[in-house]
Amino acid sequence: MQTPRRTRLAGTAALAALGLALAACGSDNSSSPTATGSSSTTTTDWATAQSAEAGGGMEALVAAAQKEGTLNVIALPPTWANYAEIISTFKKKYGIKVNSENPDGASADEINALKSTKGQSSAPDVVDVGNSFALSGAQDGLYAPYKVATWNDIPDGQKDTGGLWTSDYGGYISIGCNATKVGTCPKTIKELDNPAYKNMVALNGDPTESNSAFQGVWALALANGGSADDIQPGIDYVKKLNDEGIFNKTQVTPATVASGATPIVLDWDYLNVAEGTELAKKGQKWEVNDPADGLVSAYYAQAINRSAPHPAAARLWEEYLYSQDPDGGQNLWLKGYARPIELVAMQKNGSADQAAVAKVPPVTDKNPFVPTQDQVTKATATVTKNWAAAVAG
Amino acid sequence: MTDSHETGGTGSTRSRRVPLAWLGLTPFLAYVTLVFLVPIGFILFEAFRRTTTTGATRDPVTQQFVKHSETTFTLDNIHDSLQGIYRTSLVTSVKLSAITAILGAIFGLLLATAVVSSSSAFLRQVVTSAAAVTANFGGIPLAFLFIATLDANSGIVTLFLQDHFGISLQDDLGLQLPELSGLSLVYLYFLIPLMVLVMAPALEGLKPQWAEAAENLGASRWTYWRLVAAPVLLPSFLGAVLLLFCSAFSAYATAYAINSAFPLITIRIDAVLSGNVLAGQGNLGAALALLMIVFVLPLTVIYQLLQRRTSRWLA
Repeated sequence: MQTPRRTRLAGTAALAALGLALAACGSDNSSSPTATGSSSTTTTDWATAQSAEAGGGMEALVAAAQKEGTLNVIALPPTWANYAEIISTFKKKYGIKVNSENPDGASADEINALKSTKGQSSAPDVVDVGNSFALSGAQDGLYAPYKVATWNDIPDGQKDTGGLWTSDYGGYISIGCNATKVGTCPKTIKELDNPAYKNMVALNGDPTESNSAFQGVWALALANGGSADDIQPGIDYVKKLNDEGIFNKTQVTPATVASGATPIVLDWDYLNVAEGTELAKKGQKWEVNDPADGLVSAYYAQAINRSAPHPAAARLWEEYLYSQDPDGGQNLWLKGYARPIELVAMQKNGSADQAAVAKVPPVTDKNPFVPTQDQVTKATATVTKNWAAAVAG
Repeated sequence: MTDSHETGGTGSTRSRRVPLAWLGLTPFLAYVTLVFLVPIGFILFEAFRRTTTTGATRDPVTQQFVKHSETTFTLDNIHDSLQGIYRTSLVTSVKLSAITAILGAIFGLLLATAVVSSSSAFLRQVVTSAAAVTANFGGIPLAFLFIATLDANSGIVTLFLQDHFGISLQDDLGLQLPELSGLSLVYLYFLIPLMVLVMAPALEGLKPQWAEAAENLGASRWTYWRLVAAPVLLPSFLGAVLLLFCSAFSAYATAYAINSAFPLITIRIDAVLSGNVLAGQGNLGAALALLMIVFVLPLTVIYQLLQRRTSRWLA
């Protein structure tokens, strides 16, 4: 589930401070990184190319990327949204080496890495971050603008107009439930409030830290009269469930799901479905429902490091991720039960892998929930302020 | 060389050793500077700074944002770190650390006394070795060990009590693993052995002659403990309590793996520095880290003073 993205061994003050220290040290030795990549091709400086076309076309891009020979990625867990296959297919297809650093890192770790390794050959070329980090990173000038070939198939609002970041894959908050243990599984958020589910209902982590828990609270809010402007009903609902002894505070991990310690889990549907295939091997049924009364979706975003050590490979990686080919990133994400950002367009043009589509929970989402950055900031502040009191005791 | 002759004073053999000794110390000093002093400096610096952004405009050619922001020195981070969830977390951290330090010290002392006064050398060996292992057992494995035994839905002990005695560990006995009660128990799992490790040498330092002398002078066993052993042991006991407190105060991974929403200051620092929700709150993290330092620093000073007192009798 989400935890592996954030597991680390110790977090003492000294360690935290060391991170700050390293971040600050790194920013001193930025030695005009944009110039380093340009020597690989005679005509194109891929570090400033804002599309494959502008740089001389796909063939030139592939050639330049192969000349660089390496791609640095960060915080891509192999078991997350099919990243293991996505990376291995890229390696095979283009013969480019992929260095995967800190696979369990969080979005904030990725941003810290961009800042602290600026200008170094080990710096991440690309990042895959949560929406708020996409926006803040763009504001901080960390990303290079780039528009992939399939740019027009990406819905407006899911991309920076200048191409600094682009949403890549995502999913809906779902209710995962161990049917073997629970019996009748809840299909909506309202159904969670049932004494039969005593000690069972868990969020995936703390909503001030884990994005899926945060969006989970928002889904609870929508089912209880909340809105993009008002996340408080979600907090109140958790308080009610907590007072009734239904809310389960155990930190959700694949181990707690397997052992039955967390029988009902609100989490992204692609993670819950993946969990289900694991449990099926052990003879347990893990049911996944996207609750109709609280449909909240969120997408991660791709961005290229402005001072990427391998600027062409970084751009080729993006073209690959947004490719609608059967072995392109969009269909491979779909195979990992995540919804690729171009899914609607792919359903229309027939390029979507139908077998994979069938495994993703069906959703009728008439009014997609897309909060603005201001609304996210406001909701974050509300949760930070009121969460602890709601789940106390 | 001339300089060291003047300062050394007691002859050439000694003065020649001084620079060598310093040379030997260099790696340690470099280490302390790099992983201790520099980070503290950064915490002090960052905790009092804040950047406010007033807006951003986009360059139409490079597509990059040009930000209008201002970084000022301020007390806002400190102020925020003492509000709401951060205040609750600080209070809970202190509460959890104090409860577990005191309980751990009491049980650890009893266990250490039993072990030291045991006549079986084998038992002593086994218990100290086991204590050395369990005192360093923590993080995710420890967390899952407790989830597997005490969790409300699937814990082996929970289910056993329910099935055979009809007792609910959570409702009847009030032991909620992800809450203060449960986490205290988990912390005691590594704090009691730590106490044994720290106190066993001190207890062994009590000379049998003292007890014999007291007995010869007509003291009862109780009087001996009250007037001789307890005063001698008190400084190292209090020192050990502080050590346990600091150990619990800075612990993080175990509690996080059981309940990442539990309000602890270490978990809060992690949330602001490397979470997936809060962006750009590094300065608040530094302020929270500073709070921890402010709490632990006086304890460290007291610990040092106690250590000095301990060595008077139990060298």
